[in-house]
Amino acid sequence: MDRFLDLTLNGISSGAVYAALGLSLVIIYRATRVVNFAQPALALVAVYLAYAVNKATGNYWLAFAVALGAGVVMGAVVERVLIRPVQRKSELSAIIVTLGLLLVLQALVGMIWSNEPHAFPYAFDFRGRFSTNDAFAVGLVVVTASALLLLFKVTPIGLKMRASAFRPDVARLLGVRVGLMLTLGWALAAFVGSIAGMIATAPFLYPNVLDGVFVYALTAAVIGGLDNPIGTIIGGFVLGVGLSYVSGYLGPELVTMAALAILVVVLAVRPNGLFGTTIARRV
Amino acid sequence: MGADTVTKPATRTTAQARRAIPPLLLHLGAAIIALVLVVALTLATDPFTNLRIATVGYYVLALAGLAVLTGMGGQISLGHGAFLFIGAYTVGLLVIHAPSLPIWADLIAAAVAGGIAGLLTGAAAARLHGPYLAGATLALAVGLPAITQRFPDFLGGSNGLSFTVNSEPAGLAVPSTRWQAWLVWLTVLIALVLLANIARGRLGRRMRSVRDDEVAASLAGIHVGRTKIVAFLISAACGGLAGGLQAFLLGTAAPGSFTPALSLSLLAALVLGGIGSLWGALWGALALVYFQAWAEDVSDALQLPTPVANNLPLALYGVILIVITFVAPHGIQGGLRRLGALAHRTRGGNR
Repeated sequence: MDRFLDLTLNGISSGAVYAALGLSLVIIYRATRVVNFAQPALALVAVYLAYAVNKATGNYWLAFAVALGAGVVMGAVVERVLIRPVQRKSELSAIIVTLGLLLVLQALVGMIWSNEPHAFPYAFDFRGRFSTNDAFAVGLVVVTASALLLLFKVTPIGLKMRASAFRPDVARLLGVRVGLMLTLGWALAAFVGSIAGMIATAPFLYPNVLDGVFVYALTAAVIGGLDNPIGTIIGGFVLGVGLSYVSGYLGPELVTMAALAILVVVLAVRPNGLFGTTIARRV
Repeated sequence: MGADTVTKPATRTTAQARRAIPPLLLHLGAAIIALVLVVALTLATDPFTNLRIATVGYYVLALAGLAVLTGMGGQISLGHGAFLFIGAYTVGLLVIHAPSLPIWADLIAAAVAGGIAGLLTGAAAARLHGPYLAGATLALAVGLPAITQRFPDFLGGSNGLSFTVNSEPAGLAVPSTRWQAWLVWLTVLIALVLLANIARGRLGRRMRSVRDDEVAASLAGIHVGRTKIVAFLISAACGGLAGGLQAFLLGTAAPGSFTPALSLSLLAALVLGGIGSLWGALWGALALVYFQAWAEDVSDALQLPTPVANNLPLALYGVILIVITFVAPHGIQGGLRRLGALAHRTRGGNR
């Protein structure tokens, strides 16, 4: 029973990471119908910048702020420069461009900081069952996610963003700057992605550190329906706990395959995810 | 109009003559010519280059399989490395545990194993599209190689399997890499003839119609789900066979060779070569093998620091993916085709 509790608590704290990174994918998918495969790389660059700042100044919170700021800037730039030109071409083009960006950024990070792992600090004390650090991670994700949901639901800018995603033409006619809203969506998403990167990385930082996390985040987002933020957050936590049990009771090597199995089963039953909205296919 | 009617008869007769030959014979003829070329090329080059030629061979097959799936079938796979992994381990396990089997039987088993995995993936994939499929296949590429850690005794853990394949006939006195290159290319060309026939035939037509418009295809009586599954099956069998050939060539099968980066590089190479055609697979395979080599040469020549040198090929692949999508979405083969059409037109105009 003790072990069960341990695994559950571990699962909740890793689920927070999946939920946050999944949320960043969903924000972009809702706004531009693109799955941003470069998201882990954007977060990675942000975390490496934080690493550099932390090493130079010794101030963890300054480093944290730099990572978040870098995320916002990168998200906006990527949307403007790379995504907008190909977005109308085809689903495949957008996927391929984000994959290209993933490879470039990972390689770039490896070139600058080498592929060797670097020690990366935790925000708080990480020892013991559900440590301060775990509480911080879960709390940060819950607060960020709630703030985002409020932003989308109740603020004028959230309304404009939803309108731009839902009916860009009509939104434009009503005076919404659709392009700006899409850029803002990417910036927000990369901001959340950076948060996920910061809490997922410790204790070691290396170019592929977020690959596994990204697969789980994508799984969480797909389980949640890819366009449903609340579903994704629930999906992230459920997946975190589920995979923690698989790791604890069956073996850590099977975790990714278990995630794949969950993904396939969910999609076989509900092709648009558990909480996704089914849109009639246009003929 | 006048210029057209003057030039048309000449082109039409060659086109008609080509059409009169059954496609299977045409493709077989092309394959035999290709095999002769490869043999000539291996005889003219050193063992090291022979090895590279053989490497190009199995990449051609893997990319051709991906071209059938993505170019023709419109389904994306970010996990094709997983099928190569299955093929390589099939050959490795058979060589170790059933040494009496001839190598061609091992290779057929690799293709079958890949095909079965593809059938399972395809059955799930038939209900998925775009980003969902990309996510599921990516999870496969990340997760499957980790299985080796689970069964360290059977699958060799993270070091993988190593074995020696004695396939060369006793009387044949050629260097082993040369013989390997021949066997690899013979296998690859047989598979390519089959693929080319599929592409030209009814199945290829069905796949393209499903890619272009699923609803229209199903209204025309095509079973969309089944067609998608068959595309995955064919593509994964090619991947399995390619992995088997790699294992045969290198004498090892290790999880480290089948990273997600391999799957993404395969996709990058295919996009570079031209996603919709089997020729694109050849250009892509050449790029895969020679980029790696050039990147090493360049880093040696410029004495780049190791971290930069190690990451240069990946950075190149990434840049290629982005640039090609922006500038030339049909890749090298699309560019060549346009050049050919241009040359044709100017020749017609001069006359």
